[in-house]
Amino acid sequence: MSAFHWEIQLVSMVVATACALPGTFLVLRKMAMMSDAISHAILPGIVIGFFLTENLSSPLLILGGAVAGLLTVALVEWIRKTDRVREDAAIGLVFSTLFALGVLMIAQFANDVHLDIDAVLLGELAFVPFDRLMLFGRDLGPQALYATGIVGLLCAGFILLFYKELKLATFDSALCATLGFLPGVLHYSLMGLVSMTAVAAFDAVGSILVIALMVGPPASAYLMTHQLSKMILYSIILAILAAISGYWAAYLLDASIAGCMATMVGVEFAVLFCVAPHQGLLVAWKRRRHQRWAFAIKMLVIHLLQHEDTPESEQECRVDHLQDHLAWEQPFAEGVVARALSRKLIRSVGEYLELTPSGRNLAHQAMVHV
Amino acid sequence: MIEQLLGDYTLRTVTLGAAILGAVSGVLSTFVVLRQQSLLGDAVSHAALPGIGLAFLITGSKASLILMIGAGIAGWLGTALVLLITHSSRVKYDSALGLVLSVFFGIGLVLLTFIQKSSLPNQAGLDSFLFGQAASLVMEDVLTMTVVGGLALVVILLFWKEFKLLAFDPDFARSLVLPVRWLDVGCTTLLVVVIVIGLQTVGVVLMSAMIIAPAAAARQWTDHFGMMTLISMIIGMLCGTGGSILSATTSNLPTGPIIVVCTSGVVVMSILAAPHRGILWNKIRQILQNRRLRAEAVLLDLFDLAKQHETPEYPHMEEVLRVIYPQSGSLLRQLQGLQSKGLVMRNEHGAWALTPDGVIRCHQLIKERTP
Repeated sequence: MSAFHWEIQLVSMVVATACALPGTFLVLRKMAMMSDAISHAILPGIVIGFFLTENLSSPLLILGGAVAGLLTVALVEWIRKTDRVREDAAIGLVFSTLFALGVLMIAQFANDVHLDIDAVLLGELAFVPFDRLMLFGRDLGPQALYATGIVGLLCAGFILLFYKELKLATFDSALCATLGFLPGVLHYSLMGLVSMTAVAAFDAVGSILVIALMVGPPASAYLMTHQLSKMILYSIILAILAAISGYWAAYLLDASIAGCMATMVGVEFAVLFCVAPHQGLLVAWKRRRHQRWAFAIKMLVIHLLQHEDTPESEQECRVDHLQDHLAWEQPFAEGVVARALSRKLIRSVGEYLELTPSGRNLAHQAMVHV
Repeated sequence: MIEQLLGDYTLRTVTLGAAILGAVSGVLSTFVVLRQQSLLGDAVSHAALPGIGLAFLITGSKASLILMIGAGIAGWLGTALVLLITHSSRVKYDSALGLVLSVFFGIGLVLLTFIQKSSLPNQAGLDSFLFGQAASLVMEDVLTMTVVGGLALVVILLFWKEFKLLAFDPDFARSLVLPVRWLDVGCTTLLVVVIVIGLQTVGVVLMSAMIIAPAAAARQWTDHFGMMTLISMIIGMLCGTGGSILSATTSNLPTGPIIVVCTSGVVVMSILAAPHRGILWNKIRQILQNRRLRAEAVLLDLFDLAKQHETPEYPHMEEVLRVIYPQSGSLLRQLQGLQSKGLVMRNEHGAWALTPDGVIRCHQLIKERTP
């Protein structure tokens, strides 16, 4: 295993973490599509920054992209406020127009430099180790590592510093405003972070993977927990996991690294969607099945209680009578009786069913509930 | 230029294709914008990519109809997944969209790289679907677009009032025992179809503008649904035509982006300058209204001041009025304006008085304003 592999994996882990941090808040604030909008709309900012510096890895590019990202947010907000176009349409319009402007600028002025749309959208992680940071003649490792590392630290620092403010602004923006915490400023800072992360990551992984890493792991984590701090932690773990497994999948399949990572994000979500502890489809299915039996057992004991010590009890308390009275199919009725017997709620006396004390107890409780 | 347009095969094909695409997406965008599905369109166009790859892998053909079918199925599947995720988990709509969009696109990338590295023949040009390559359109593609797009339009016409009801009041539609869910599926399917026929011309990212912008612009010009659809179609068609001609006559202007920039330009213009809803007109109306109210206030003040005296036409010096408006620099202008309308007059001492017409106007105003 060469340094090449290590470096790519290290960069992808850093990118994953840097994306998952602000991504968690995007998902919680129902603004996941802003990651899509911003990661496309930074294109003109990057292009202008590139014209100014002639260097694809200059910090000015990150700044230009961040400005373009904030411009997107501000434009969407402005259009929404005019009340002429709804917010979703405004988002779609602004980012696609900015992206189109970026493409036009590239086509007009930069046709022959290393800055094409493929690179922005798709990125190429395999090239990351070739672009190295040299300082005083010493090789300090791939440049992308530093760019994304710094932005990642910035995100982490911002979230640590303003954790409770962000939490408040996310879950109760009105309360946040009344307490004087300026949710608007927090909103724009968060959007600035999203833009900076998107720009820092675009060269390495491309816009699409940025969206996948910002939305996917937090959405998966959202299925697993109710707690913000845990959600952030799970998001980071899931993002890193997707990055590493995606890298090896790409290595084995000889396919696009970014594509494989995005696919792994999807696989993670699909798995958790099915088996997550409280939210998963499987658990929900089991819960429904359990509830169905539990409800049927309650019906049975209530039925028996109603007819206990009455003249018609001989008629009503037979297993084959349940079919008529509770409209249960024969196999289902037998299943209910078997479960109730095994839980010692009823006992069978000859052909009749009789409540045990605990069964009577359950029936009384259930009646109170009703 | 028209000669050039008719003479040049590529230009003719591209322009025709863009015009048809603009018209069809213009019509569909009305529904998209009114039903707030703008971002779904973006997700669908990204989600279509793996379908294109798979269709090519399975059939080995690059015929646009086959690729369209693949893209359509994938886009439709993406939409269904978004619905499944939002219905059966607590993940919200926006996250589901972002997830489906990026993951499907990722899968598509994997397939495309797989195809590129395989030794399948005839694979070049598949990635034109990513960013759109209008110049690669041939007459056959345009024909496919026309037939598929035409079918979509026919379906819309057939179910016109049902779709209209769906867009405005789905609950009412349900109460009429219309199959709302199927209408919804049908309308979304049409959206997928239109996106798919546009991918080759403008590409994945820019297609989302094509299904938002025309209707967003048209909405500003009218409050009538049929009118809005018509305007939207015309805007889409004109921008498609204009954009492709612009791109052909200028060097280094790719067709897709220039069409998108044109349409967005129309949106901005409409938001600013459309009658009734335009922001500029609103501003002007507001200014005129303010001016009228200020003038009326001065008139009524003169009337109030004169009440202290025996006649309502009793004159007052400008300085007296200035006491009421210490800050206003425009008092003299208001008075002169009123004078030119014959409502006040200036006597030989320079004092201002109401004319008989002014008194009548004052009575009218007071009557109008007392509820």
